[in-house]
Amino acid sequence: MIWTSMDAFWHMGGYGLYVWGSYGVTVALMVAEALMARHRVKVARAALVKESNT
Amino acid sequence: MNQAAPALRWTTFAAPSRFFALSGRMVPWFWVATLAFAAVGLYIGFFVAPTDHQQGESYRIIFIHVPAAWMSMLIYLVMAFWAAWGWILNARMASMYARALAPTGAMFTFVALWTGALWGKPTWGTWWVWDARLTSEFILLLLYIGYIALTEAIDDVRRAANAGALLALVGAVNIPVIYFSVRWWNTLHQGATISATAAPKMASTMLTAMLLMTLSFWAYSFAVVFTRARAIVLEQESDTDWVRATVLGTKEAKR
Repeated sequence: MIWTSMDAFWHMGGYGLYVWGSYGVTVALMVAEALMARHRVKVARAALVKESNT
Repeated sequence: MNQAAPALRWTTFAAPSRFFALSGRMVPWFWVATLAFAAVGLYIGFFVAPTDHQQGESYRIIFIHVPAAWMSMLIYLVMAFWAAWGWILNARMASMYARALAPTGAMFTFVALWTGALWGKPTWGTWWVWDARLTSEFILLLLYIGYIALTEAIDDVRRAANAGALLALVGAVNIPVIYFSVRWWNTLHQGATISATAAPKMASTMLTAMLLMTLSFWAYSFAVVFTRARAIVLEQESDTDWVRATVLGTKEAKR
């Protein structure tokens, strides 16, 4: 086992800010992009439904 | 249109209606693959791969930095390919793939630059330097943004696709420049981690984690690009019978 404790894991040998700053932003962007793509499908569907009702 | 399922062949994904039906079934599996590869990749990357004797733990950024940089280049080539295909053969679906790919490519380019800055600070002592590798990757981000802005600015779908294709093709020159920049110029950025002619310059567990994260990002790209392409199909084909039947089908049947 590389990490002796949870604190050591988050500390990342003093590079915690850099490592978690990288992973955090990457995950946030990927999740945001996925949600935006899904939202775009929803909006397109809703527009079609609305158009057919008018 | 051709709702009656034709045989599965290479043209299957060329018809928007067939793409829409098939991609709907495939997207959930790409998400499963994304999460599975990431789970194993991150486990190996953080709990199996040893501490680097030169860079300490900061090197663990590599598990997302290199895959993101690879995807940023690969997606651009795929985007330019479909854009050109759509332009030359006047194929609607190809142009829609190109436009669906651009935001994901831009996102991975930004991630490569961002993680590179956060890796550069502790190892080089600087967030950013205008060397060949970093500058050409930054130009890639500008190309993606330019492509998105150009295609969004032109209302006529056909003209937008053709203008975008021209930009994408001209910009493709930048991809070999990025890739070979560390060889052609004296850069602060290190050389290729993996090459076809030399043994990998890293521990095999590190390499395994990096390749698993690449597979995860690859599956992610399919999931998100297919989802966005589905939205684009609905937007651009909204006046066709099959779109109405697909989206409103169940509703109409109830009436």
